[in-house]
Amino acid sequence: MKSLIDIQDLTPAEIDELIVTANDIIENPKKYSEVCRGKKLATLFFEPSTRTRLSFEAAMYELGGNVMSVSSGASSSAAKGESVADTAKTVSCYADIIAMRHPKEGAPLVAAMNASIPVINAGDGGHNHPTQTLTDLLTISREKGRLDNLTVGFCGDLKFGRTVHSLISALSRYTGIKIVLISPEELTVPSYITTDVLEKNGIDYEQTTDLLSALPELDILYMTRVQKERFFNEEDYLRLKDSYILTPDKLKGAKSDLCIMHPLPRVNEIAIAIDDDPRACYFKQVFNGKIIRMALMMKLLEVHV
Amino acid sequence: MNIDSIKNGIVIDHIAAGRGMKLYRLLNLDALDCTVALIKNVGSRKMEKKDIIKIDADIDVNMDILGYVDQNVTVNIIRDGEIVEKKQIALPERLTNVICCKNPRCITSTEQELPHIFRLTDAQNGVYRCLYCETQAEKTAE
Ligand SMILES: [Zn+2]
Repeated sequence: MKSLIDIQDLTPAEIDELIVTANDIIENPKKYSEVCRGKKLATLFFEPSTRTRLSFEAAMYELGGNVMSVSSGASSSAAKGESVADTAKTVSCYADIIAMRHPKEGAPLVAAMNASIPVINAGDGGHNHPTQTLTDLLTISREKGRLDNLTVGFCGDLKFGRTVHSLISALSRYTGIKIVLISPEELTVPSYITTDVLEKNGIDYEQTTDLLSALPELDILYMTRVQKERFFNEEDYLRLKDSYILTPDKLKGAKSDLCIMHPLPRVNEIAIAIDDDPRACYFKQVFNGKIIRMALMMKLLEVHV
Repeated sequence: MNIDSIKNGIVIDHIAAGRGMKLYRLLNLDALDCTVALIKNVGSRKMEKKDIIKIDADIDVNMDILGYVDQNVTVNIIRDGEIVEKKQIALPERLTNVICCKNPRCITSTEQELPHIFRLTDAQNGVYRCLYCETQAEKTAE
């Protein structure tokens, strides 16, 4: 039984296939509205994440299926000490597919090793979140018409941002990719990203602290939040925070077809004034997230149109 | 120093000096009833100094543990006082319950029943990572 735990579980060809299905869903939603009739998705969220859970649930409803939802709470079986393995075996008797979010790294893998139905990792602590990466890839593909030959800038907290690490890994399998890493020195990517991912795959990359000078060459700008708690002292935070906030003024030097992305929720790192700019793609990402989850669940359930 | 040569058993030779005790612990040799000798800092022609373990019984030694701790060791199987087999050691693809994941955010930290499994992710540098959280295991040399 196939599950999705890590974005690397999918080959680039399988990702292309999902993108083709997703584009077709967007064009012909009616064609897909009943394909999962009688199928049940169990969303097991041992950590709250309303937007991810809603995205999975909306995706299953749009395929004509049903949803059973368990969110963490005092009454849940995890609170009673049930193991992830036992939960996976039990839920396999009720549902056809599981989407699991868990605060512990590797929990969805344990579930997949024990379930008799497909398991989708909906985020395990700071480790993996493959459907976010699929969402980002679909967005880039739809906005740019390709996943290769792109200059992609990542800005903000690149040290702790798992969405950033995972998207960099996914993009490093395509040709002609250039990565520009824009962050304060305190929040640069972990060294395994530069050595094991970028250098190992021969990816052209650049590290800078200056968003303004990096902007003109970018096709994609992926923004993340710079959180106050990541800094050792308040002064450093205050000194740096405005440098990584995107404003209409800063965008003047950017390409006219730049695609601005953000995994959301945002706080203040993208000025509201940019929302109306045609280059803002972060709300399209939310929509694309639902669509790619539809395509993914169809694939894992082996449902064909 | 003189250690009696063994009749039937196993000699693990050419262990890097200082790693003999670690092997002794990981192979659980203290649980054996037979004679076991751990000889430290032996002068050697091939190496500056080495450790040797002699086990006076024909037991199954976990080759994965040997490979993980020191892939340059030689394993000699002794029968009737003669070496009947020399075993090649390779870096194991997977280690199950040999080492523990120390990442406090890993699922193995809360679910004690789970086996601790590590995968060889970089054979060239002997890097092992936890199957669940991908945290890198500490290098064996330390
Ligand atoms: Zn681990």
